[in-house]
Amino acid sequence: MTARDLIPIAVLTILAALLPLVVTSSTVLNFLVFTLIVSLGAQGWNILGGFGGQFSFGHAAFFGTGAYVTAILQLRYGVNAWAGLALATAAGALVGWVIGFLSFRSGLRGSYFALVTLAFAEVFRILANAASFTGGAAGLLIKLDVRPANLQFDDRAVFYWLVLAFVAATLLLTRWIQRSRFGAQLVAVRENEDAAKALGVDSLKVKLRAIALSGGVTALSGCLYAQYFLYIDANIAYGSWISVELLLAPIIGGVGTVFGPVVGALTLHGLGEVAKQFAGRIPGIDLIVFGGVLVLAVAFARGGILGLLERLRDRGRGMVARGTKEVSHAGR
Amino acid sequence: MYSPQIILEAALNGLMTGAVYALIALGLTLIYGVLHIINFAHGALLTCAMFAVWGAWAGLGIDPYLVILPLVPLMFALGYGLQRFVVGPASHGDDGNILLVTLGLSIVLENVLLALFQSDTRTLDTDYSFQVVALGPLLLSYPRVIGLGMAVVVTGLLWLVLNRTDTGKAIRAVAKEKLGANLVGIDVPHIYAVTFGLGCACLAVAAGLLMPTFYVNPRIGGAFVLVAFTVVVLGGMGSIPGALLGGLFIGVVESLCGLLLGDSLGQIGIFLIFIAVLLVRPTGLFGAKA
Amino acid sequence: MLAVDGVSKRFGGLMAVDSATLSLEPGGIIGLIGPNGAGKTTLFSMISGFIAPTDGRIRFEGTDITAEEPHRRAERGIGRTFQIVQPFAGLTVCENIAVGAYLRHAKRADAIAKAREVARRVGLGPELDRPAGGLTVAGRKRLELARALATEPKLLLLDEVLAGLNPSEIRDIIPVIRGIRDEGVTILMIEHVMQAVMNLCERVYVLAQGRMIAEGPPAAVCADARVIEAYLGHGAAARLKAEGAAHG
Repeated sequence: MTARDLIPIAVLTILAALLPLVVTSSTVLNFLVFTLIVSLGAQGWNILGGFGGQFSFGHAAFFGTGAYVTAILQLRYGVNAWAGLALATAAGALVGWVIGFLSFRSGLRGSYFALVTLAFAEVFRILANAASFTGGAAGLLIKLDVRPANLQFDDRAVFYWLVLAFVAATLLLTRWIQRSRFGAQLVAVRENEDAAKALGVDSLKVKLRAIALSGGVTALSGCLYAQYFLYIDANIAYGSWISVELLLAPIIGGVGTVFGPVVGALTLHGLGEVAKQFAGRIPGIDLIVFGGVLVLAVAFARGGILGLLERLRDRGRGMVARGTKEVSHAGR
Repeated sequence: MYSPQIILEAALNGLMTGAVYALIALGLTLIYGVLHIINFAHGALLTCAMFAVWGAWAGLGIDPYLVILPLVPLMFALGYGLQRFVVGPASHGDDGNILLVTLGLSIVLENVLLALFQSDTRTLDTDYSFQVVALGPLLLSYPRVIGLGMAVVVTGLLWLVLNRTDTGKAIRAVAKEKLGANLVGIDVPHIYAVTFGLGCACLAVAAGLLMPTFYVNPRIGGAFVLVAFTVVVLGGMGSIPGALLGGLFIGVVESLCGLLLGDSLGQIGIFLIFIAVLLVRPTGLFGAKA
Repeated sequence: MLAVDGVSKRFGGLMAVDSATLSLEPGGIIGLIGPNGAGKTTLFSMISGFIAPTDGRIRFEGTDITAEEPHRRAERGIGRTFQIVQPFAGLTVCENIAVGAYLRHAKRADAIAKAREVARRVGLGPELDRPAGGLTVAGRKRLELARALATEPKLLLLDEVLAGLNPSEIRDIIPVIRGIRDEGVTILMIEHVMQAVMNLCERVYVLAQGRMIAEGPPAAVCADARVIEAYLGHGAAARLKAEGAAHG
């Protein structure tokens, strides 16, 4: 990757890292940490959904796996939290690969793929809710023992920087994908699988790689959620709420772009907070706003916020070009 | 292990639950068969209908079975309007978009209901809620037997509408060949909206039949819709008899799984079947194209 | 190089291809002609791996590839264009071609360089950074060609690459095809545009109703009675001969 690729990501990361020095309100920090965790999970979704074109409606399957694996490893096997993080990410990638293998081998795509991912997430939820291994309906509490070695920090800001680091790393990963052979092949498969195959692209292998990466990144976000909130149950970890959040953010922000998921998550959660300020007494008002924004985005801004900005920029360029033409004509 | 009587009772109970699943799935399969879209808002619309039934009983004292009569045209109108003025225009005809628009719709509907009714579970009581019908040594819940009967009747009515009326013919034409139907003068957006409306009308009946023995809260639609998807995929997308048979089958599976594995795992059998069907034969038992 | 041996494809009750046999030596342009619905594209799909034959074997450079996936065949050197041309939407012309180039070049810089080179060879140089969706029909055909060429094939299957082009566009693209042959790529082309077939192909196979009915140099094949009947109907050959004699 060139410096041109790295600079925007580096600049934004540095700016974001400075925030906790300016903002000290714990509510705001809380909001930021949660939003960044969702952004990370959404970045995972975006790899499969945005670049791969396979919309998953059940990404909770990976989020929850990450959360549960790290919780269970720490609680039942005394595994260190950082090792748990690494293993949870690997578990997510593995689950992704398996679901992908079953689905893509059978040729599932589009709506059918969305449905099967929904079903898998639901199966996991029911199992987690019933098995004592996962704490059943009572869920799991990670023991509070605030030490950096346990991935638990005194200062909320440190956790913020940790999640930010992962988000930045994933931004770099996504940018690398965009500029790599894997990314080109993935996009080709998304646009026209047969044509891609005729050009030598092993579409199954490419899709499996995408879903494994996607599962891993989203599992990482689930693991971070568990570490931050220290409590999970089947509905939190595998519930449809997170599946919806993880797909809404990239779509609103700009599907298939590097910054889309982060922009989308910030926008959605920001809008949600605003909605709660104005109509806080109405439960679920933020979700009503989310649903409405989704419909509006699909109707008017298919490329999400980043797509809109690009269209405006192109129109601006067009105006400038026409303007200079007029000036030069007038000069004759 | 389990006596044949218990198993038979579980199976029959499953059949009756399955009948309601079938009714819910009917609307979904019809919408898929004609519009070729998977309506993710189906569950939320069912919840709306169920709240309407409950509201009519709580506020106006109307019996749930009676309220079906005005509710059917109301839900039809709602479905027609939603397709004609929201889903259709917003999606620009793209399948991927429709998926997202119906999802967005379901989120909005579900949370509006949450705002209006809070997350409490509501039930209603009627004289016959706990009445039983004797079938040999077995005692079956009267409202649920009615549910089974009504499901068959509605399926039959729907079949009649599709095969013996002009609108039904138009619907089938659009389902088979949209462009051709357009060229012979069929108003495709109108037919799409009518189909969506019919799907919602089925939900009205299902809601009226469910409420005497069930409960409602804003989240309930979501649970039903996954089962409905399973029924539709199993029976074949777009197949009316498939939806009926699939629904009955799934109901029995759920009941028997619940018996053998306990309530919390009861639904797992359904989803495993769902996944298996999708992987092995996505067109289902009676379906046409995938 | 390519040996298609008694390949058949049955779709339910319909025999789309019936015991077709074809063999190609390296080098040259060979035509595959026949009336509409003869099964030509089905045969192509079987050679490129998109459809599995019901019967028969396909050998490429001595190896039996009958059961191989399309991407494996592309790796071996079989390139293919599609009748209905669909560029990868949202990507530029260069990025489209690069997808093909990535088969043999792992690094982005190499793939892009290869793509630019191939684009210039087929005459798409000026369009390189434009969105592929904005190309004309003729441009898309060249893009289809370029994409397949970027995979550095030994055998190139062209499926009606001239369809939809007006006479001047055809005239412009024929030297491009010849140029590909001159670089050592063997070409097997399905074509309906007879003028091009006569112009380009050294040998021609004729497929009618799923069966190979003739093979040989274009001029001879076109005079073959069975071929005339396949296109013009039963008894046409005799009628044409009689008319020819009458005007004699």
